[in-house]
Amino acid sequence: MTETNVLLIVSLTLVAVAGTVVVATGEPSRQAVVLSVFGLLLGLLFVVLQAPDVALSQIGVGTAVVPLMVVLAVRKIRQLGSRR
Amino acid sequence: MSLYAYLVAGWLLLAGFFGVVRSRDLVHTAVCVSVAQSGTYVLLLGIGFQRGAGAPVFAPGIPTTSPVVDPVVQAMALTDIVVSATVTALLLAIAVQIAKRHGTVDPDELHALRG
Amino acid sequence: MSRGVRTLIFLAGAAGLGMLLVLAFLRCPPFGGDWHPYRDMAVPAALAHVTPNVVSSVNFDQRGLDTLGEETILLGSVLGATVLLRPGRHETRREPQDVGRVLQVTRLGGYVMLPLALTLGLDVVIHGHLTPGGGFQGGVVLATGLHLTYVAGSYPALRRLRPVSWYEYAEALGAGTFSVLGVVGLVTSAALLANFLPLGQFQQLFSSGTVLALSVATGCEVAAGVVVLLAAFLEQTIMIDSSRERAG
Repeated sequence: MTETNVLLIVSLTLVAVAGTVVVATGEPSRQAVVLSVFGLLLGLLFVVLQAPDVALSQIGVGTAVVPLMVVLAVRKIRQLGSRR
Repeated sequence: MSLYAYLVAGWLLLAGFFGVVRSRDLVHTAVCVSVAQSGTYVLLLGIGFQRGAGAPVFAPGIPTTSPVVDPVVQAMALTDIVVSATVTALLLAIAVQIAKRHGTVDPDELHALRG
Repeated sequence: MSRGVRTLIFLAGAAGLGMLLVLAFLRCPPFGGDWHPYRDMAVPAALAHVTPNVVSSVNFDQRGLDTLGEETILLGSVLGATVLLRPGRHETRREPQDVGRVLQVTRLGGYVMLPLALTLGLDVVIHGHLTPGGGFQGGVVLATGLHLTYVAGSYPALRRLRPVSWYEYAEALGAGTFSVLGVVGLVTSAALLANFLPLGQFQQLFSSGTVLALSVATGCEVAAGVVVLLAAFLEQTIMIDSSRERAG
């Protein structure tokens, strides 16, 4: 088995597992952290698939922007909920 | 091995849908939609991949005849990612608005509210 | 419908969809193979327009219209999200308190990283036609970099650094420039978003014609769009007191 094959299998498996963990995490504030890790692993897979352009974009969007928005939305909804 | 990349893409899609169906929180729902969408990136880049080929960027010194992976699917995945981020933003904004109006983001409770 | 029933219906549907997907995957071109007809056409087209980064050539030259549509989606989503997140009738603004719980090291790290991240973002935008990068990636790096000031613990500092209205203008300017360049291409070369600028020398900064210009316009729009979007979320969470909203 070649090096590329090993890298591919490892990164694909990591992505599949991380994606499942994101879905299985019911608590959205913890989900934001897992989502960020998932985004990073996707970026890694894209590097292995020879797509540096896509990896750059994925790492920026998937590990920083979207998780930050999730955290902010969760905080806002908590503030609203605490008055009920 | 040759099917594995495609199966991972299909798995992400179905896992994301499963999360949407089981979700108890609209923020969780929005995140699951983005996981389902990430299956499309894996599928696109998987189809464009070629063993032994380089990235579709010709750095100085690399002959322009050397094999590269498919750039068209990469361009599609790139737009896909940006669209996914903005759609997630829109869904999260809707979730915040629903929390303000109804005081809950649990889909089942919201359903009960409507009667 | 109870959760149990809903899950059962989903599982039945998922089994069917999963089966169809596997059938489709079996007839896909094999993973890692060398049959890529689109690649065989896109690469010579990119080289003919002196663009070493073929992905940027596809995005901003060969399929520029798709990117225009996608920029419109971006613009629409940012608009929609900011409308949804604007302060409601019964909401009051409050001045944010600067919570002093951030470690000094984190604060210092944030401020050291800020210029680095901004330089990197600009570099990624400007060299998008030569090296991996371009407007989308660089724009995201720029917007994320700017928010390092928030990570460094100072929301007031972030607000001083980004008067949101400027970014709203910048976003419109980016989208407008993209469309104008497209129309100029239509007028001069009889095709929307045609590459009408001089192509220059391979591997030079000023080469590849409109790819560089469209990439910079996109970078401008994406960076500004993400900043405006995050600003709307930050403002809702930190500055708006919704305690009277539901009572009203």
